[in-house]
Amino acid sequence: MKIGLVLLLMLSSGLMAQTSMDSIATLRGDMPIAEQAAAPRMEQVENFDVKRQRSYPMQPPTVPHKIDGYQVDLNQNRCLTCHSRRVTEVSQAPMVSVTHYMDREGNFLAEVSPRRYFCNQCHVPLTAARPQVGNDFQDMDTLLNSTQ
Amino acid sequence: MRTAVSSAWHTLNRPSRYFSIGFLTIGGFIAGVVFWGGFNTALEATNTEAFCISCHEMQANPYQELKPTIHYTNRSGVRATCPDCHVPHEWTNKIARKMEASKEVWGAVFGTINTREKYLAKRKTLAQREWTRLKANDSLECRNCHDFEYMDFTRQSKRAEQSHSTILASGEMTCIDCHKGIAHELPDMRGIDLGAPNSDTR
Ligand code: HEC
Ligand code: HEC
Ligand code: HEC
Ligand code: HEC
Ligand code: HEC
Repeated sequence: MKIGLVLLLMLSSGLMAQTSMDSIATLRGDMPIAEQAAAPRMEQVENFDVKRQRSYPMQPPTVPHKIDGYQVDLNQNRCLTCHSRRVTEVSQAPMVSVTHYMDREGNFLAEVSPRRYFCNQCHVPLTAARPQVGNDFQDMDTLLNSTQ
Repeated sequence: MRTAVSSAWHTLNRPSRYFSIGFLTIGGFIAGVVFWGGFNTALEATNTEAFCISCHEMQANPYQELKPTIHYTNRSGVRATCPDCHVPHEWTNKIARKMEASKEVWGAVFGTINTREKYLAKRKTLAQREWTRLKANDSLECRNCHDFEYMDFTRQSKRAEQSHSTILASGEMTCIDCHKGIAHELPDMRGIDLGAPNSDTR
């Protein structure tokens, strides 16, 4: 009896795995497990130095330049050599905004807050790659206009 | 002892009995060429990347760090090797650098940087030596490949053009002032200018 139940369970879970394999889209696409798909072409990072529109006011802006080889660690933060308050006159880069100096209680610190030190957690450069999945995000202005 | 020396001197001092003056001149010249060539060949042999990284310290640290950078692989396939950036081309400067390098061989033999930890601890001193050298010679080694005369600003990114057409063009700063750490990881940079005057990383 017990053994029969276990067998049944095993069989059904096997079946379920089979069906979910077929219906769920994976990054592998149609590729069988044992085979390796040809890697898609690597896209170039956009390096046009033109700021991009933000989708909502709180969005961390995407980086409009390449950041190859920019070292950000305990020894040095390459981003801040252009974006920190004291150097923007020479670099002509936008200064990190005041939120970068705030701790989570909202106090303003004298220097960039540790939680904003690793810039690439929030800011990323873009490539010209086509999105893998569709996106029907609409910004606030579009929504407001459509209800009027 | 004394007699041996003086007899040897006599032999050397005596006019040649068997060889013509022409033979001696030409022979001497050829011997000179051979020795000089040999010296320079030895010099050239030590002037290759293979020689630099035959030393474990250099293979394990700077070489590994160079690999992911643009000076190792890039779209045009032109490479910079260790001596391209670290050894001057002009002969006298080259010899001077080689004498200095002998000290580094000493360092390798006695293991001053034979572990990653020791290397990292020493890195700031070593890096500063290179920055001082490149600052003093107006980044000569960079300019051997990157000639300001032939830089086309219209083909550079806006950020590059903005810096190159102003601060670099006026001679206020040189390549190494702004481009530290292009080939290796940087040491603790507190207190060191990176392109902008008074810059620190805050
Ligand atoms: C050599 C100086 C320099 C360095 C280094 C640098 N930036 Fe920039 N950055 C700029 C400049 C100048 C701009 C203005 C747009 C432009 O010219 O690309 C900018 C723009 C930006 C913007 C867009 C701001 C906006 O309002 O849209 C972000 C985000 C940014 N940088 C993030 C970074 C990050 C993250 C790093 C480090 C990985 C970094 N930057 C390193 C010079 C620099
Ligand atoms: C936790 C996420 C986060 C991190 C980490 C972070 N930022 Fe931001 N950044 C933001 C957000 C969100 C904004 C937009 C809203 C704002 O200004 O606060 C922003 C805005 C900016 C802007 C535009 C400022 C302006 O006034 O237009 C720059 C430049 C910037 N960040 C650079 C940096 C740099 C350089 C670092 C690393 C030292 C960094 N950021 C780290 C989230 C982050
Ligand atoms: C042996 C020749 C050679 C020497 C010496 C050399 N470079 Fe380069 N450098 C190159 C090549 C080749 C490229 C890549 C060009 C390409 O394909 O875009 C390059 C690229 C660069 C870049 C562009 C990086 C990027 O991400 O686009 C910088 C900055 C640079 N070099 C600075 C320097 C500095 C500073 C020095 C001196 C310490 C130096 N180079 C010495 C050959 C050299
Ligand atoms: C005042 C600072 C400054 C000086 C001095 C300077 N550069 Fe640059 N350079 C920059 C900046 C900023 C960029 C763009 C950001 C980056 O590539 O990190 C750049 C980019 C480059 C690039 C890539 C070009 C591109 O279109 O992306 C090369 C190559 C280069 N520099 C070589 C040199 C050489 C060689 C020298 C000395 C003859 C030099 N630079 C001196 C600031 C400087
Ligand atoms: C594109 C130029 C370039 C090339 C190629 C290059 N270096 Fe360097 N090297 C530098 C510069 C510039 C410094 C000064 C420190 C810095 O800015 O990172 C340096 C520093 C060093 C230092 C001092 C310690 C440190 O990490 O800063 C050592 C050791 C060194 N290089 C060894 C090598 C060896 C070995 C190779 C070949 C595998 C090599 N370098 C290739 C430019 C170069």
